[in-house]
Amino acid sequence: MSLVYAGVCSHAPGITGRADMAEPLVRDRFHAAFRRMGEDLHAARPDALIVVGAEHFGNFFMNNMPSFAIGMADQYEGPIEDPAWLKIERRGIPGNAGLSRRIITEVMQSADVAYSEEWKFDHAISVPLHFLTPQYDIPVIPANINCQGPPLPPLHRAWNFGEALRRAADAVPERIAIVATGGISHWPATPDSGKINWAWDREFLERWRRNDRAALLSYTDVETYRDGGQGGFEIRTFIALAAAAGGAGTVHFCEPIPIFAVSCTIGEMSVENQPSPGT
Amino acid sequence: MSLYGLQKFLYHLNRDPRVQSRYRDERDALLDEYPLTVEERGAIASGDIGLIYVLGANGQLLMHFAAYLGMPWPGYIQCMRDGVTKHGPVRAGVYTMTTGVTEKVAGV
Repeated sequence: MSLVYAGVCSHAPGITGRADMAEPLVRDRFHAAFRRMGEDLHAARPDALIVVGAEHFGNFFMNNMPSFAIGMADQYEGPIEDPAWLKIERRGIPGNAGLSRRIITEVMQSADVAYSEEWKFDHAISVPLHFLTPQYDIPVIPANINCQGPPLPPLHRAWNFGEALRRAADAVPERIAIVATGGISHWPATPDSGKINWAWDREFLERWRRNDRAALLSYTDVETYRDGGQGGFEIRTFIALAAAAGGAGTVHFCEPIPIFAVSCTIGEMSVENQPSPGT
Repeated sequence: MSLYGLQKFLYHLNRDPRVQSRYRDERDALLDEYPLTVEERGAIASGDIGLIYVLGANGQLLMHFAAYLGMPWPGYIQCMRDGVTKHGPVRAGVYTMTTGVTEKVAGV
């Protein structure tokens, strides 16, 4: 067993890009919680970090949209956004193509996944890395679930993808960490930006904390769109993480910060043994 | 299907500095390469964020075009509200407006 850390976090571009517009006290507490998550991640001594993001057309478009994708390169670049807009400097980020290939090969045993030998990180990965690995000292393996261009993969397929990632992490000798990034309810990049359904967020996180598979998979996209906005489709990444970790979750931080457009969330999930495939 | 061409232009512009240069230097030749309606082409050529929003562009594509045009965040948000006021509700896609035109949920 070599999954050594599992966590979730928000990735909204406002977290860095509009930091100066936020109420300072809550912003600083959230940023501190984000950095503490990075300390916990490092304490687990991972050899690589799989970031399961929900990107926003940084790499994938409706001409050939994969439901699930994993990067397979020794070097990535990010952020793709204007660095002055996101307030994160563009740079190279180390990967591990050989490890990616072994992970992808194992994931393919039970899930269909696209692979990509080039990948530009957008805020879905660059914002979390800014806080979690500010020295960029852990090789990253980017993974993506299509949460932007409908039709989207059903929630049970996101769960299946998480299980496949877990089997892959367990199959390699390296110590693997997985962090899933995304929002709960949010209406980003629209005039609604800042609208947050706090009750829906708390209910979702309660289901996530219990790792209640049936409850997590019971949302329909119609309900999610109505109650959680188009940004709510990103619950897929949190669901995949729950499937990968298998244990109970702890929410270290969750507070609405409207100028960041989302209930800013930091969570960790215990890694529990799972039955091997076919048993 | 034309919204596809509009969004593909934004996708290319956001990720490719060469497309950004061509938008500045040879806009007509660049836009000739995309299947756009007259309305879409006019909105892109003039940087009309409000109309592009109403036409149904995904906000995750559109907000970077606004940033490229030098528009601060509050200005981007207001342009979309103004677009809805002028042109009516968002016509396609999932990035619709559910708040009122005077409702500033995040203070901007």
